[in-house]
Amino acid sequence: MPYLLLALLATLCFSVATYLQPRTASWSQRGQDSVMKVLLGDGRRLLANHLFAKADVYFHSGYYPTIFDSTEPPKEKHMLGHEHEGAEQEHEEEEDFMGKPRNWVDAFSRNFKITKHTHLENGREKEILPWLKLSAEMDPHLIETYTVAAYWLANHLGKVSDAEEFLRQGLRENPQSYEILFALGRIYYNQYHDAARARNVWELALKRWRARAAEQKQPNSIDFEQIVVNLGRLEEDQGNLVSAIQYYEQAKQVSPAPQHLQKQIDDLKRKLEPNPQASRQ
Amino acid sequence: MKIVSALAGIVVKELYRRKDFYVLFVLTALVTVMMASINFFHDKSIAGYLKEACLWLIWVSALVIAIVTTARQIPAERENRTIFPLLAKPVTRNQVVLGKFGGCWLATGIALVVFYVFFTIVAGTRENQWPIVNYLQALWLQWMMLAIVIALALLGSIVFAAPSSNSTICFVIVIGILLVGGHLDQVALRQSEPVRTITYALYFLIPHLEWYDVRQLVFFEQGLVPWSACGLATLYAAFYSAMLLLATWILFRRKALNL
Repeated sequence: MPYLLLALLATLCFSVATYLQPRTASWSQRGQDSVMKVLLGDGRRLLANHLFAKADVYFHSGYYPTIFDSTEPPKEKHMLGHEHEGAEQEHEEEEDFMGKPRNWVDAFSRNFKITKHTHLENGREKEILPWLKLSAEMDPHLIETYTVAAYWLANHLGKVSDAEEFLRQGLRENPQSYEILFALGRIYYNQYHDAARARNVWELALKRWRARAAEQKQPNSIDFEQIVVNLGRLEEDQGNLVSAIQYYEQAKQVSPAPQHLQKQIDDLKRKLEPNPQASRQ
Repeated sequence: MKIVSALAGIVVKELYRRKDFYVLFVLTALVTVMMASINFFHDKSIAGYLKEACLWLIWVSALVIAIVTTARQIPAERENRTIFPLLAKPVTRNQVVLGKFGGCWLATGIALVVFYVFFTIVAGTRENQWPIVNYLQALWLQWMMLAIVIALALLGSIVFAAPSSNSTICFVIVIGILLVGGHLDQVALRQSEPVRTITYALYFLIPHLEWYDVRQLVFFEQGLVPWSACGLATLYAAFYSAMLLLATWILFRRKALNL
């Protein structure tokens, strides 16, 4: 009798499982969601931001203000790379958040803390990657995770194919992102030297930027300038000087330093002018 | 001294007879190995996140072992009524306190050594570096911190009725100190009087357990703590432990042992 009951219960369990299994898949958006999304819901976005900040902590080798320090955490753009070397000194100064020891306890505790402001270098930048990858897993719509990871992978760690793959993953999750398209274009142009693909991707990025700008009150003009300046350089390198001038003209309208772009435009215009000596000969 | 070491020996034996340590060690190893198996951009030499996770698990496990083992020592003796034959040996209450403290501290130290050996192997195989001195220093400082925690839990076992309440309160205090202990002076500045003075006094009064947490120096490879600071921190831990043990003895001396 007990064996029969056991068999009956086992059969019931199996039957209920076959009935429920297809339905459980639809509980979480047609079964397309990751385990983390099902478990954490929208809370994973907070975790994603924390993991992104963790990558920044690693980039600064642990020298990072806490919530108790008056200084704001470093700007996220900093981890994007050392493209603005001039700002480095300012960055060093603004991040000296520890100041002088407040008392003997604080002074003594500094023996056990990281008190030097250093950045990861010589290939050790790879240590930020797990946090960025996990951040992207937690919130696939946090664009910076893809662009920052791709920047370090492609420019400092020599992992160009990984950078491209990660950006493509980001693009699948965020098909309207011009930021990812722009980063992808940089890889095609700077690493693969594939001007045709870079042009296509950047033009698409420009189209996406315009589509988003139409919906915004204050569109991001810095991103616009970056896209058109890069397109201008590409066309200039390819010998399409008229196109290059057109892109530089667009960039000039939003640039904080239009005089430099004007100089470039003038140079290109001079190149386009017919050479009088050549025509005489 | 012989009596104290005999009592301590019993506590150490208790650690390896009970399952707490094994469960925590297997859990730590399992989580670490699982994390090590994650592939981040086809780079097997990324070790920072793994070291951080492993050290965090070691800290949690060591705290659990230290507090839970210590919190049940004297209440268990009282509950099983083994405290009476023990004190009739004759063993003084002072020796009981010292023996229990020594045993718990030693047992936690042995557990720590096992954990750090595992950590060294994991980190070493991952990044082909063996900064043994850094790890030994981290282990030493953590063990010193645990001396204060154990003395605190022993005092709690005299003050509070049940080991569970003692453990909970000890965890809250220790985690609180580790998280905000070093920033209480900054918190005090944002308060109005008299909360400011009380918070500021608390800042100087509490044992600064956060000093002993040098995990960041280990996983960011930021070198060693100066040996002079290490020595002073050891003295600080010794003084705090002695003070807490003295308080335990004073309370235990007058404590009625019948339930």
